[in-house]
Amino acid sequence: MKVSFTLNAKPVTVDVDPATRLADLLREDMDLTGTHIGCDTSQCGACLVLLDGESVKSCTLLVASLEGRGVTTVEGLADPDGGLHPMQTAFRENHGLQCGFCTPGMLISAVDFANRNPDPTETELRHWLEGNICRCTGYQNIVKSIMAGTAAMHQRA
Amino acid sequence: MTLAFHRPSSIADAAKLLAGAEDGKFLAGGMTLLPTMRQRLADPSDLVDLSSLPGLAMIERTGDGLVIGALTRHADVAGSEVVKAAVPALAALAGRIGDPQVRYRGTIGGSIANNDPAADYPAALLALDATVVTDRREIAADDFFLGTFETALETDEIVTAVRFPIPLAASYEKLRSPASRYALVGVFVARFADGVRVAVTGAGPCVFRSADIEEALASAFEPSALDRISIDASELNSDLHADADYRAHMIMVLTKRAVAAAIAGH
Repeated sequence: MKVSFTLNAKPVTVDVDPATRLADLLREDMDLTGTHIGCDTSQCGACLVLLDGESVKSCTLLVASLEGRGVTTVEGLADPDGGLHPMQTAFRENHGLQCGFCTPGMLISAVDFANRNPDPTETELRHWLEGNICRCTGYQNIVKSIMAGTAAMHQRA
Repeated sequence: MTLAFHRPSSIADAAKLLAGAEDGKFLAGGMTLLPTMRQRLADPSDLVDLSSLPGLAMIERTGDGLVIGALTRHADVAGSEVVKAAVPALAALAGRIGDPQVRYRGTIGGSIANNDPAADYPAALLALDATVVTDRREIAADDFFLGTFETALETDEIVTAVRFPIPLAASYEKLRSPASRYALVGVFVARFADGVRVAVTGAGPCVFRSADIEEALASAFEPSALDRISIDASELNSDLHADADYRAHMIMVLTKRAVAAAIAGH
């Protein structure tokens, strides 16, 4: 079936089997391998993308249900000229990752959180991150990164 | 076999498409159905996507109650000022389902139609004496939740809304599985002018009410009224997360907490 939606600010039309999940379309057909598949059953958050600005799990989202919607992947966060998003810069400066597998999902979740919470507490952030699993870091530097990235997005550096 | 995906434009069309499918399923937020398909535990021939049907995502305060449309997402219930003012315990319950990403997709209609024995919403509907409105009738919560993943719904019947009376006081307490956030035990306590209703999820094969607890709380709505009551563990679940005796114990612990929170909140 044919589905038309916006992907990283560009209109796309794809012809997919109705059972195709967004995570598979992105990785297998669109060459957007920044979106990772971890648990594959909507527990771990590695596959998050923004759907009309809300972070959702692309491993349990059918492409068939995307007609007219807007999707942003981790590749869509940076400027087209390659300049990093303030949240990406914050992760780099605060060493907010170890192996990096969960990082794309963390970034998407963090941008959604920061857009909704201009001046969050660390407790609010830690509750928010319950849908993002990291098995390396213990979350300390991820939390530090997101607090810094949120401040930078709202220009309080 | 290729999956057939349908995007009906009306509730009547959706019911017709499902009735005509060999092994069709309604799709709302997909937060249970899609992982279940991924795990090869479900293999429907057809999906009938309800998510773009108009008018089913709504929250409305009526004269004596609260109406929540079937496609209203957990995030919208959790963040609704209308729900927070009318039944704060219901908004709090919605805000603790799954994680933020699940709450952006999952819907109240999907949750109750699925009737997972560890889901949160069934406890709210049962304790609050809610009414499930479908495309063809109205069903009292007491008659709706029949067994494990089993409800009174016909195969092609569509939940359109849930109608809640407003309690004098209510609270929901749950012990969450740290991995899935489902309730190992969840207790919803609701106090009305004519009595108290208490519903337990996560502990048994299906959400249930406890007459012993309700009677004790009707005579005195305070935690100490429950001191001499215990729950029979023989019908409760035992699994790797918790055995039945532990669940029975936690029902009483959480009920007392819920009563204390309901008193403090009002």
